[in-house]
Amino acid sequence: MRRLIFLLPIVLFAAVVAAFVVGLGRDPSKLPSTMIDKPLPVFDLPPVRAGDTGLKSADIQGEPRLLNVFASWCVSCRVEHPVLLALKARGVPIDGLDWMDRADAASAYLVANGDPYARVGNDQPGRAGIDLGVAGVPETFIVDRRGRVRYKQIGPISPDDWTHVIAPLMDRLRAES
Amino acid sequence: MTAEIGQFALILAFVLAVVQSVAQLWGAARNDAALMSVGRNAVLLQAAFTLAAFVCLATLFATNDFSVALVVQHSNSAQPLIYRLGATWGSHEGSMLLWVLILAVYGAAVALFPGTLRDTMRARVLGVQGLLGAAFLGFLIFTSNPFSRLFPAPLDGGELNPILQDPGLVFHPPILYLGYVGFSIAFSFGVAALIEGTVDNAWARWVRPWVLASWLFLTIGISAGSLWAYYSLGWGGWWFWDPVENASFMPWLLGTALLHSALVLERRGALISWTILLAILTFSLSLVGTFLVRSGVLTSVHAFALDARRGVYILGIIAAFTGSALALFAWRAPAMRTGALFAPLSREGGITLNNLLLLCATTTVFLGTFYPVFVEVLRGDAITVGPPFYKITFIPIVLPLLLVAGFGPFMNWKREKALPLLRRMIIPIVLGMIALVAGVIVFGIGRPLNILGLALGVWLVLAAKMILIRRWRIGEVGIGEMARLVRATPLAVWAMVLAHAGLGVTTLGITGVTAWQTNKVLSMNAGDSLALGRDTVTLQSVQVVRGPNYEANHARFHVEGPFGERILISERRFFPASRTTTTVAGIGFGPLGDTYISIGDQDPQGALVVRMWDHPLVGWIWAGGIIMALGGMLSLADRGLRRVALKRGPRVVSANPEVQSQGAVA
Repeated sequence: MRRLIFLLPIVLFAAVVAAFVVGLGRDPSKLPSTMIDKPLPVFDLPPVRAGDTGLKSADIQGEPRLLNVFASWCVSCRVEHPVLLALKARGVPIDGLDWMDRADAASAYLVANGDPYARVGNDQPGRAGIDLGVAGVPETFIVDRRGRVRYKQIGPISPDDWTHVIAPLMDRLRAES
Repeated sequence: MTAEIGQFALILAFVLAVVQSVAQLWGAARNDAALMSVGRNAVLLQAAFTLAAFVCLATLFATNDFSVALVVQHSNSAQPLIYRLGATWGSHEGSMLLWVLILAVYGAAVALFPGTLRDTMRARVLGVQGLLGAAFLGFLIFTSNPFSRLFPAPLDGGELNPILQDPGLVFHPPILYLGYVGFSIAFSFGVAALIEGTVDNAWARWVRPWVLASWLFLTIGISAGSLWAYYSLGWGGWWFWDPVENASFMPWLLGTALLHSALVLERRGALISWTILLAILTFSLSLVGTFLVRSGVLTSVHAFALDARRGVYILGIIAAFTGSALALFAWRAPAMRTGALFAPLSREGGITLNNLLLLCATTTVFLGTFYPVFVEVLRGDAITVGPPFYKITFIPIVLPLLLVAGFGPFMNWKREKALPLLRRMIIPIVLGMIALVAGVIVFGIGRPLNILGLALGVWLVLAAKMILIRRWRIGEVGIGEMARLVRATPLAVWAMVLAHAGLGVTTLGITGVTAWQTNKVLSMNAGDSLALGRDTVTLQSVQVVRGPNYEANHARFHVEGPFGERILISERRFFPASRTTTTVAGIGFGPLGDTYISIGDQDPQGALVVRMWDHPLVGWIWAGGIIMALGGMLSLADRGLRRVALKRGPRVVSANPEVQSQGAVA
């Protein structure tokens, strides 16, 4: 019986190594989304910026748009932020979903780092994010003119992602009738 | 030429590491003094050649040799010399070379200063150390060669990540690695003891200085890293629960546990197999940290080298070393004696509780860090864990730990009675209670974490002071007698007092900044001023200045407070070579708190976006870390003095009488 206790560390360790081996094989950017080709779930979020209207799912249609899920506590979002600002400067419409975050913290974050968003909604309870199948922040959904999700980017958008994946897709979506 | 010399030195070091491990382990098994002495020379030569390789790489960076791929990627001729040298370890390959160098230096230190260590034990320790060296030198040579050439050579290089172009880069990684890698010695000692099948108080006496040294470097390294993040990342946070921060924090937590359990083993001969297990796990967490940064299994701001093949190699190293060590543990440790008994309420009992809480805290951080990996493996979808997770899991474990840390030093070894213990500690208990009540009044009952943080911080500092007050018998004896008692206080006592009080200071700092920090964000034109905390802040001027390899928006603020006035400079730097922008915050450090100003973009009308924080007590967080490290240094100094003063025969605790007599002879 006593020997079994001494076996415990190595058994636990083996389990951890097995998880790492599986984890190494995955590519975080290739995760499938259950949302692809489905309409956005319905949400109506309060504003982040003072005197703003917030974000409704019904707002996100009419033209291909990016829906960027972010949070002021998220480190990778800060890495992604300059890319979003550059996209905004090029006229790409981006909406922001501030996930599991306090509105005042997010508002301060946008003031300090620049604000790339056309509309921003605060989802402090995280409900809308869960409906969207958000796994972590940042994530970006590409929504077509009819309000359907067409692509999901997991993790920060790098300039490479933009040129090789997202920009061509946006062009295609814009050409769709 | 230099690159080829470095490459050659690296290969020689690899061969010598293999020689070292074979000669030492085989020599120890046959008790062959000649073979062990061959092994010992191999240790020193391996360290010399690894150092040579490192010097070669630094030379390549210093002389701008752009025929070497690594130099091209991380340095250019406009980069100041200090950051060209810093770039030596600012890249994946270079930082792994530093890792291997420090491993070799620790091995050489054991070979050169064995103290009373018996020959076979030393040989086995160095043998295991040699295996580690060979594994990581192999990793360097086969997957991440720092000396690869480029043809044709470009005229100028790229750039070291501008966030890393900071004095922090020069000090932070080497100090952190001295801590991280230092735990390899504890690991090797643990494995050597398992191979020999015997552990005695002397084993703990040998291993403790190495654990102490690693722990104190890691303490300084983590504090410095946190300070660096605070002033350079520009949003005033000092801890982010980032996977890579966690990677250094986990070995620190478990190393703290090891430090305490080794003390019990040294003084009382108890917690034998537990201490060995901690020694194995602490270094394994250092390895896991390396894996974490190098593999891309988790993404983080620190992950500057993401390569799955390297991840596989390091995972292989972890599986081989930790796996074999734990297998050895499962096989050999049950045969070792359980060690001396103690009552639950005793100093040993207190340290056991400390160990269990630290282990739980480490597990929490581990789960939080790797949760995304585990959940994805089990459920197939990914999630991330943010600071809120740690707030509800880590902190509730740490609070009782802080409470126990105050009591520990007042307990007697072996057994203790509750009432006399409480009576000895009546002053800190009462004052801690007063702090608790004061906390309720100041913060209101709705903020229990702030209240408990304040009370426990005060409690820890006072309980640590109380050790000295009792020892010096303040109020009981005359001034002359007291002066004698102060002089006679051993360094070890000072060490414990400082380490525990430092923890209290850090706790107070964390509480202060989380409870009272305020911030303001606004657009300012030159001449505007506003009130922040007790200060008045005025933006004096904004101008564009030029640095050696960047252009900066340079804002000058005048800050006037109750303790005088000062000028704070905040910059936003643009590095053309890599087209990145960094923020250098203007920080007015003060004993009661900091004024922290970082600037953003300028709008078309010329107004500057300014974000300011008032951070009460934030400096105490790092001051506490330095005080703790100071405690570690005094403890090391104490051991050095005492080793000269007395050489007692080791008391042997082992499974069978045969080994016991062997140990006693040695």
